[in-house]
Amino acid sequence: MHIIENGNTAAALGVKLCRASVIAAYPITPQTPLTEKLSEYVERGDMKAEYIPVESEHSALAVCIAASSAGARVFTATSANGLLYMHEQVQWASGARLPIVMCVVNRAVGAPWNIWNDQQDSISQRDTGWIQIYCADHQQIIDAVIKAYWIAEKVSIPIMVCYDGYILSHTFMPFDLPDQKTVDAFLPPFKPDYALRPEEPANLNTVTLPDVRLDVRGELAHSYMEIRYLLQEELRTTLDVAADAEKRFAEIFGRQSDPFIESYRCDDADCVALGLGSLTYQLRVSVDALRKEGIKVGVMGLRFYRPFPDEAIAGALKGKKSVVVFEKALSYGYEGALTSDLKSALYEHLAGTGTLPSIQNFIAGIGGRDIRTDDLTKMFRAATHGRVSKEPLWIGLKL
Amino acid sequence: MQIKTTILSLPTEEFVHPGTRACTGCGLAIAYRVGLKALGKDTILVVPPSCLTVLQGLFPVASTKLPSLNVTFASTAAAATGILASLKTKGNDHTAVAAWAGDGGTGDIGLQALSGAAERGDNFIYFCYDNEGYMNTGAQRSGTTPIGAITANTPFKGKLQQKKDVPAIMAAHKLSYVAACSAAYPLDLYDKIRNCLHLPGTKYFHIHIPCPPGWGYDPRYGIKIGRLAVETGYYDLYEIVNGQFKLTAASEKLIEKRKLVPVHEYFRTQSRFRLLTDSQIAEIQRQIDEKWKGYYKQEE
Repeated sequence: MHIIENGNTAAALGVKLCRASVIAAYPITPQTPLTEKLSEYVERGDMKAEYIPVESEHSALAVCIAASSAGARVFTATSANGLLYMHEQVQWASGARLPIVMCVVNRAVGAPWNIWNDQQDSISQRDTGWIQIYCADHQQIIDAVIKAYWIAEKVSIPIMVCYDGYILSHTFMPFDLPDQKTVDAFLPPFKPDYALRPEEPANLNTVTLPDVRLDVRGELAHSYMEIRYLLQEELRTTLDVAADAEKRFAEIFGRQSDPFIESYRCDDADCVALGLGSLTYQLRVSVDALRKEGIKVGVMGLRFYRPFPDEAIAGALKGKKSVVVFEKALSYGYEGALTSDLKSALYEHLAGTGTLPSIQNFIAGIGGRDIRTDDLTKMFRAATHGRVSKEPLWIGLKL
Repeated sequence: MQIKTTILSLPTEEFVHPGTRACTGCGLAIAYRVGLKALGKDTILVVPPSCLTVLQGLFPVASTKLPSLNVTFASTAAAATGILASLKTKGNDHTAVAAWAGDGGTGDIGLQALSGAAERGDNFIYFCYDNEGYMNTGAQRSGTTPIGAITANTPFKGKLQQKKDVPAIMAAHKLSYVAACSAAYPLDLYDKIRNCLHLPGTKYFHIHIPCPPGWGYDPRYGIKIGRLAVETGYYDLYEIVNGQFKLTAASEKLIEKRKLVPVHEYFRTQSRFRLLTDSQIAEIQRQIDEKWKGYYKQEE
């Protein structure tokens, strides 16, 4: 059924269809309409779940961690400083290997206070061991939530579904709302290998020594380093699981897309723009404008940021003369994190082939600064022939 | 009818294996062992980093026979809420959820989450084992370290501030049950747990825990020192049931006796109090006497 709703509602509907049974959240703009919607579903009896109005984001993820450890399918959502306040719990959730799904409604982080959109919040959580999915429209938001539960529960790794605050969260767009039967066919009930229960006692997340130790049966048990190695290993194989999820999703829902990269007019392009989230849709307008001028450009939206689909990206960019990376966040003191990751992927897969494209990094929309399509087009055009600056260039800066 | 358990009627089933990693003479080991007996088999535990994390053993060995979730320092009560919520979605209304945290993990870094859970009225039992400092990290001061006590980060002057009254803070949440207990009176602890299990919402237990390395005494005197804290009227055993305050066990008996052991008898058993001056002790004695005058009056 096609409906017209805002992005936060798209996410809430996805969570409802996935039958999350424990939801905990703390209010922060622009996440609030999403969790308000869920509380509404629960109070009205449309959704069978426990909704816990916690006193902080730290506790929101604490509730999810504990409820997931006890076998519930859980959900939380946050933005900006809320996500930063969770940071300790974010790391805990992945270390404990819990299939939590959390929406991050992207917003700038303080100081100074700013409630508008950029992606510094989720990008700053890049190294926490979570899977990160970025969405560019409402259909992607609801689909990503549904796929996220399937992937997270397959690999026992938590997932952030990230989408731009206001630009997606508060705008209305038509999208296809799947019915419950279809979602149930895609997503089986959550059955963890172990859930806390008195009949089968276990001590979870115990102090773990630097080296391996024998267990009571005399067998060597993993130590901290093995546990962490397996997180990395299984995060990398998540790329295959994500591809499987896409295939399965296409079979059941009849909607197909590339699991990692959403390309627009890239096939014959010499220069490709790369980005995360809604900005890549805006860049399509720039692509069309530049194409009219006879410049062969395209744009790629990256859907998976962690684990980083390096092979897919290098494959997609092979033979391109230049790549222009537009980012709404940066690794302060160097450049956009996506730019660094891209360079590393291209070095790995294309070094020595003589096909390394030039890379230009643009920073845009920090703290919700309006991104004018004309400006995007101008900057994009300037970088089509190669790098203009080693340092990232800030679009729309008024200094 | 209130239960009165004796050492002979205490259940023999153990939920803590012998030979834990607790220090010799650890008061927590006593309170935990007896506390788990009262909670029984159908219980899930939540534990933040603390002495108990160590007592419970190092992976892959555990000293507790009950399922236990180790959580971050500030999140204990919220984690208890999460387990409860999960049990609820499965229609499980019989398994008890019990959090065991230290005094720093409760009254300092864990207070926000605890207050949140208590305000929501989430149905679990929260135990704060109060050894009056960050003992697991080497005996630094906490909010519940008493005035005058030397700690690792108040080395030359002792703590200059008063002990934070955490059970009073919890009572202000209008809980169905708040209790103050001591490791030196394990049967009082046992009975209080059994008596409150059926009560709704969050139940809060504060347990005074003598700590040989943190307080500076020979491990064999732990019970004696715990009892002196009560007999001097310095630390009181009580319960607040639906807002009704009542002294219990040895503290209740002190009402009849009308005679407290002078508090300096308690202070001189521990090296952490060696900086207390006579005038400081006199002031503390005055405060104790004042508090007890109130208790006596209540009784009349």
